[in-house]
Amino acid sequence: MARRGQRPQTVSGVAMRRLILIAIPYLWLFALFLIPFAIVLKISLSDTVLAIPPYAPQIDLAAGWQGIKDFFGALDGENFVFLTSDDLYWKAYLSSLRIAALSTLMTLLVGFPIAYAMARAPDEWRPTLMMLVILPFWTSFLIRVYSWMGILANEGILNQVLTWTGIIDSPLQILNTNTAVYIGIVYTYLPFMILPIYAALERLDGSLLEAAEDLGCSRTSAFWLITLPLSKNGVIAGCFLVFIPAVGEFVIPSLLGGSRTLMIGKVLWEEFFSNRDWPVASAVAVVLLLILVIPIVLFQRQEQKQREAEG
Amino acid sequence: MRRLSWFNVTSLTLGLAFLYLPMVVLVIYSFNASKLVTVWAGFSTRWYGELLHNEAFLDAAWVTLKVAVVSSTMATVLGTMAAYVLVRAGRFYGRTLFSGMIYAPLVMPEVITGLSLLLLFIGIGLDRGIFTIILAHTTFSMCYVSVVVSSRLVSFDRALEEAALDLGCTPFAAFRLVTLPIIAPAVIAGWLLAFTLSLDDLVIASFAAGPSATTLPIKIYSAVRLGVSPEINALSTIMIAIVTIGVITASLLTKRAAVRRNAEEHAADRA
Amino acid sequence: MPQTVFAPWNDPDEKPLISFQGVTKRFGDFTAIDDITLGIYAREFFALLGPSGCGKTTLMRMLGGFETPSAGTILLAGQDIAPVPPNKRAVNMMFQSYALFPHLSVWDNIAFGLRREGRDKAAIAARVEEMLKLTRLEKFSHRKPHQISGGQRQRVALARSLAKAPKLLLLDEPLGALDRKLREETQFELMDIQEKTGTTFVIVTHDQEEAMTVASRVAVMDEGRLIQVATPDRIYETPDSVYVADFIGDVNIIEASARQSGDKVSLAWAEGQLPLIATTTKTFAPDQHCWLAIRPEKIAISAERPKAANALQGRILDIAYLGNISTYHVALPSGQVLKAQTANTRRIERRSFTWEDEVWISWTDTAGVLLDK
Repeated sequence: MARRGQRPQTVSGVAMRRLILIAIPYLWLFALFLIPFAIVLKISLSDTVLAIPPYAPQIDLAAGWQGIKDFFGALDGENFVFLTSDDLYWKAYLSSLRIAALSTLMTLLVGFPIAYAMARAPDEWRPTLMMLVILPFWTSFLIRVYSWMGILANEGILNQVLTWTGIIDSPLQILNTNTAVYIGIVYTYLPFMILPIYAALERLDGSLLEAAEDLGCSRTSAFWLITLPLSKNGVIAGCFLVFIPAVGEFVIPSLLGGSRTLMIGKVLWEEFFSNRDWPVASAVAVVLLLILVIPIVLFQRQEQKQREAEG
Repeated sequence: MRRLSWFNVTSLTLGLAFLYLPMVVLVIYSFNASKLVTVWAGFSTRWYGELLHNEAFLDAAWVTLKVAVVSSTMATVLGTMAAYVLVRAGRFYGRTLFSGMIYAPLVMPEVITGLSLLLLFIGIGLDRGIFTIILAHTTFSMCYVSVVVSSRLVSFDRALEEAALDLGCTPFAAFRLVTLPIIAPAVIAGWLLAFTLSLDDLVIASFAAGPSATTLPIKIYSAVRLGVSPEINALSTIMIAIVTIGVITASLLTKRAAVRRNAEEHAADRA
Repeated sequence: MPQTVFAPWNDPDEKPLISFQGVTKRFGDFTAIDDITLGIYAREFFALLGPSGCGKTTLMRMLGGFETPSAGTILLAGQDIAPVPPNKRAVNMMFQSYALFPHLSVWDNIAFGLRREGRDKAAIAARVEEMLKLTRLEKFSHRKPHQISGGQRQRVALARSLAKAPKLLLLDEPLGALDRKLREETQFELMDIQEKTGTTFVIVTHDQEEAMTVASRVAVMDEGRLIQVATPDRIYETPDSVYVADFIGDVNIIEASARQSGDKVSLAWAEGQLPLIATTTKTFAPDQHCWLAIRPEKIAISAERPKAANALQGRILDIAYLGNISTYHVALPSGQVLKAQTANTRRIERRSFTWEDEVWISWTDTAGVLLDK
């Protein structure tokens, strides 16, 4: 402090450096994250026209204040009205939420025992097990989804094995159904569920379980009374990490799902690339974001609480 | 010595089988001689050969690699700065907005991020191509980098920096000579993460890419949309092999460093 | 009134509450507990004392049911407890980390064990209130463990393990996490609670002062064996080995060879020096190698040659001033340094000796203990 006082020119130097340090990432995110959202919002309120770009109005800055006023006057919510009038959209939202919720639950049921076994494994195994769970995460998402296409196809490996063992007579239609979408989501998002639960279980002090046993718990009741409540935060974090991206998922329904698989990410993609209806695509995005704001905020708050509890 | 119960052994075995079997199947079928991907017709490396002569794939791979290297490097610089701001800069105007902008892209559906960036590029009249893909990838992966780096910075003992300042370093020199070497593993991990995310990304690249540039995931996606293809199997195998070798090498290196460190500490204790 | 002294270990008719019979515990190649036979009596406050890794915690965890002996039997009130799992034992444990359940309030932590017994609500509530009162935690019953201080956490752990009124309470380094002042206060509190509840306590500690303060008997352990089991004063005054003498408190050890006549032993300890005189009840062969252990406070320091059985001249090398006492390090002509302690009854500036002074140190023939191992 004293040193700073003696050399006032460095004070402004320090403040300047701090300002620059803050400004660079701030402005970057402002320009490439926040402004794009403002544009999405704006276009969602515009009308579709056959032009390039295919929406109206455009801001006519040459017309000055009148141009801006005309611009805002021409904005309206008719795209949102359109979304409610065509049941494709709200069905897609509902179906996305349902698929995401159900597959989150399935991922939890598959992931919890794995995380639990990892946390119980001998110390010298744990780094290897960690690596084995993380490795798929580093492998291309697209390829991992794709790998199921060859397995689930009508003439795919699964059907071949099932027919060969005599469990079924004719191949099951799995690929291009919702079942395949569930499998794909559970498979690709499994590490996101395992890791936070494992982290919570690993932190669990073994003497707590001994204390519970000492006070009269059986192993099973110690699990329900101690292990499960104390891994709650990991379970919640894992569920959010699977649920939120699963709602807006595009690749999985597009490759594994069928024509009847309705997911909003796919609808948005098609609206944009196939129908070139930018205003509707933007409106779809705005509504999707509004739906996800609640879980996202809940998740952030949970993380915040967790950090405070640890710090 | 703890022993795993049969229940735990079963769940680990089944879990790992579930995670790895699909990829193993993919790798095996990449050596299938038949064009019909589901019929085994003997061992062959034919598809690898064809892949090497497929100009379109090679071009896309080259574009992808360029995008990944440039965007992950930019994302690492920006993300480390952002992490430093989050952890160290204290209060400033708009800090909540700033941290919101860091965390939001992590959970944002890719279709929304992609769409919004595309509309921005069109809005400001930027021609879509490699440059726009790099901008898009830098933006979303810098958030991942900053999360990785800031979690390391939080546990960083600030007294080390203060000691450097006390010994006459300028703040920048203290960062370069003390902070950076210590957080380096997190910065490297952040770069690797950004690199992988960029290599993997289909959705955002699809929005940000114009007709002039196509990345490998876009190419793969359009090839597999219609069904399984043996060339893609071969390509996938190569990608899986690179990742596997990379991850195993990295974990062996970390393990060896840990073992050496342990041994050195033991030796120091005994001396 | 000797009949009121609590010393069941001296009464041949008294049956121990816990009895270890030839208990051995191995972990792979490592022998943690080596053939221990030991009896602990009801209402005792028994301390297991030793350096880390001496097996004291393993011994206690076997009582708790978290380890099973590789050989030998452990009887609790005459019953072999090996087949009884921890949740069925009338034994409770207070963990070193306290192991308080972080998601439960203080009240629920204390009630935890009672609920497992399926008692009715009113009985549980009454017992919890009683425990809260005993440990002076009434005000904190609704807080979570992270919202109270370390000392309070320690008391919650104690209350929780006492709530089920176990026959035997095990305490694993119960005061290790507390600072010195709080630790000393808590030691007396523990003794008080032990007396009030009449529970048998077995405490594991590496802090010899703590063991001496709280325990009715102390077992000194090293490398999986019991070195000595006795009351604190016996351990201090009449250790039976150099290891115990050295481990407990401060001590001077003089190596010598013995020449016994009756209960007097003359000790040749250094070339050209008069032999030292000590008394013993043991028998030493002529010229047997032995060690004389003398506590520093039993060595007097004076300017003139005193009339004592043993008197040696030396020079003050160092003075450690501890407030109430001072320890003088006195170098003998032989090169050996002995420590002598005096109470500082006068102010420091009026102290009679200072560095480099030539002084006499002396002790009686009964002041030291002659050890053969």
